[in-house]
Amino acid sequence: QNSNFKENEVLSVTLSVQYLFQLDDDEEEEEEEEEEQEDKFDISISVKDPEKIGTNDMNAFQTPLPMFRNKTFTVRRRFSDFLGLYEKLSEKHGPNGFIVPPPPEKSILGMTKVKVGKEDSSSADFVERRRAALERYLQRIVHHPSLLQDPDVREFLEREELPRAVGTQALSGAGFLKMINKATDAVSKMTIKMNESDVWFEEKLQEVESADQQFRKLHVLVESLVVHRKELSLNTASFAKSTAMLGSAEDNTALSRALSQLAEVEDKMEQLHQDQATNDTFNFAELIADYIRLLGSVRGSFDHRMKAWQRWQDAQAALQKKRETEAKLLWANKPDKLQLVKEEIAEWEVKVTQYERDFDRVTATVRKEVVRFDKEKARNFKREIINYLECLLQSQQQLIKYWEAFLPEAKAIA
Amino acid sequence: LKLANMRSVSVDLNHDASLLIDIPDALCERDKVKFTVHTKTTLSSFQKPDFSVPRQHEDFIWLHDTLVETEDYAGLIIPPVPPKPDFESPREKMHKLGEGEATMTKEEYTKMKQELEAEYLAVFKKTVQVHEVFLQRLSSHPILSKDRNFQIFLEYDQDLTVRRKNAKEMFGGFFKNMVKSADEVLISGIKEVDDFFEQEKTFLLDYYSKIKDSTAKAEKMTRSHKNIADDYIHISATLNTLSADDSTYRHCGGYYMSSFVFLQKVEGRVASDQELKLTELLRYYMRDIQAAKDLLYRRARALVDYENSNKALDKARLKSRDIPQAEEHQKQCLQKFDKLSESGKKELTSFKGRRVVAFRKNLIEMAELEIKHAKVSSPIQPRDFYTLIHVYNM
Repeated sequence: QNSNFKENEVLSVTLSVQYLFQLDDDEEEEEEEEEEQEDKFDISISVKDPEKIGTNDMNAFQTPLPMFRNKTFTVRRRFSDFLGLYEKLSEKHGPNGFIVPPPPEKSILGMTKVKVGKEDSSSADFVERRRAALERYLQRIVHHPSLLQDPDVREFLEREELPRAVGTQALSGAGFLKMINKATDAVSKMTIKMNESDVWFEEKLQEVESADQQFRKLHVLVESLVVHRKELSLNTASFAKSTAMLGSAEDNTALSRALSQLAEVEDKMEQLHQDQATNDTFNFAELIADYIRLLGSVRGSFDHRMKAWQRWQDAQAALQKKRETEAKLLWANKPDKLQLVKEEIAEWEVKVTQYERDFDRVTATVRKEVVRFDKEKARNFKREIINYLECLLQSQQQLIKYWEAFLPEAKAIA
Repeated sequence: LKLANMRSVSVDLNHDASLLIDIPDALCERDKVKFTVHTKTTLSSFQKPDFSVPRQHEDFIWLHDTLVETEDYAGLIIPPVPPKPDFESPREKMHKLGEGEATMTKEEYTKMKQELEAEYLAVFKKTVQVHEVFLQRLSSHPILSKDRNFQIFLEYDQDLTVRRKNAKEMFGGFFKNMVKSADEVLISGIKEVDDFFEQEKTFLLDYYSKIKDSTAKAEKMTRSHKNIADDYIHISATLNTLSADDSTYRHCGGYYMSSFVFLQKVEGRVASDQELKLTELLRYYMRDIQAAKDLLYRRARALVDYENSNKALDKARLKSRDIPQAEEHQKQCLQKFDKLSESGKKELTSFKGRRVVAFRKNLIEMAELEIKHAKVSSPIQPRDFYTLIHVYNM
């Protein structure tokens, strides 16, 4: 039954979505209608052919992970389950300096949703975006060597029925967004002025903050590109119709035919533009959104390190105070109080040592995590952009075919 | 902005070597465009065989209006007046760009500026083309090419402004107002005896509304292409900044930026070619059809006059008074109407041919350009974008 999951086995996760339209009885209703209906996701998990992945020098976790070798299994999860998983993981591992991948929220960065005039493509779009984002979220988790070992993750992947996470009602939709924003805000607004002894951290934080800025800018631009692409598609369709009408009104037979053919070409172009808008969205815009969320988590890990530092400093300050009190009490000759203070001093000394060790540990973790993040980011980003551009180029090839088919019709006009 | 040695895309045939006109050159100062109108002729009616004059847009309007207001030409399709050069759109964008300069990187700003300059140039190109075509339509018309004012326009080496003012006082633009208030109801309402004109009327009215619609839709398409091209500029600039700041992106930064620069160039060219070949074509023929409709209107008016003269003659016969005048008037109206009908038929028939030829030429050219652009960007791996930019002459 229990087979060990070797570190070099690759766990792959794919996500399909079943959209349920009935409300669960005890589900608290949020303001926006999208969150009334919880998506249910079927997660297929399979262990792929063992691949050698890069070894890391993390401490090997002793708990064997029971995985069914060479089998696929499926579980069903609600959207709030994903959020619940994130909450658990970030509570547990965040303070230790781990970069916990965040799931998608309801409204990404408060972007206005692109509303297209066509029937249901907007909601189909939304569902697919969410599914793909959740899939990437899980992929990131299972590819993180430490997170994969977490029992909550295993339970999420394996368990037949997940108990409804307590308090996650508040996490769905706007509530979740508020929580995320509050957490990041609270941490960013910390006026911790840290004496940074390590230049590496100072530089990295700068990089992260600047990257965050640029990615947000990029996201706005790519969303604008999507809008314009969809507009182009609509305008092309409407032009196609108009050209067809013109063709039917034309009394020269050959020209009339050529105009109808032109209308057909433009119709095909409309489809190309639609597909391109999809490419823009899924292979570009969504990925930028992912990076923005991830960078938020990276920021978070830096902030947790600062918190650890602050705790250490506070302990040192408290110890200092106690020593001053001790000195005063020595003068004042109050043996009972003195004894108390001496005990407190001992306690604080332990704490100071503990917190210093914690800070060092968190620092080391953050460093490792950031290096790992950078590597992944460099590899993925390039691949993703190339993928996006290749789709664009395919479009162009298709374009040639359409126009080449039209050219003889134009030449046939007499 | 100076435009030298421009080859225009004519929608008309300019085969008659006895009178060749082109606008090889134009100068743009602020809002005023000065066209250099160049004439080469073997006709003895001109003083020189090869000469050029500077002309403004208002001079073209004057010429057009005098032609419209000439009775003798009532049975002809007067080529549509070229629209006023309109630099409003790029100028406004340039203004906005200046305001937003602080929010962009230097490169972004430079590229946007380049794009706007290209847009200026495109507007410029279009306006030269459309003014040139107007003159070429006249020079290739058997009757209009002999017009005295046309000759003055081509030859008179002084400023035409004084002449223009005089002309306005003479005509007062009253006939123009009449034409402008052309009631389509009048055209569609008359009882048509001639099958040819009946068909033409139906056809032109229908075609006009459809081509007007197509023109508007084509304009919207072109605008979308331009928007996308602009988006690519901003995206490439942002990717560039990203790669400059961040060590992990640095090694592929130039590559991303050049990819999007390339895409933007292609998109921009597609937009402008579509504009010139398709939108301009539709726009021009929309105006030309309006000119044809004006001809129908004038003929309809002549028919109404004739019918009224018949009624007047009947009345005169009834009253046994002023019969000879009424008969004479009726005869004249009939003559006028017949002349208009005969001339109109010829004009409308050659108009058909002209339209078909122009559509053929422009549709072929547009298809060829679209293929060229798509081919340039197509069989290539994204990694080759960098070299491609140099090949594509950016």
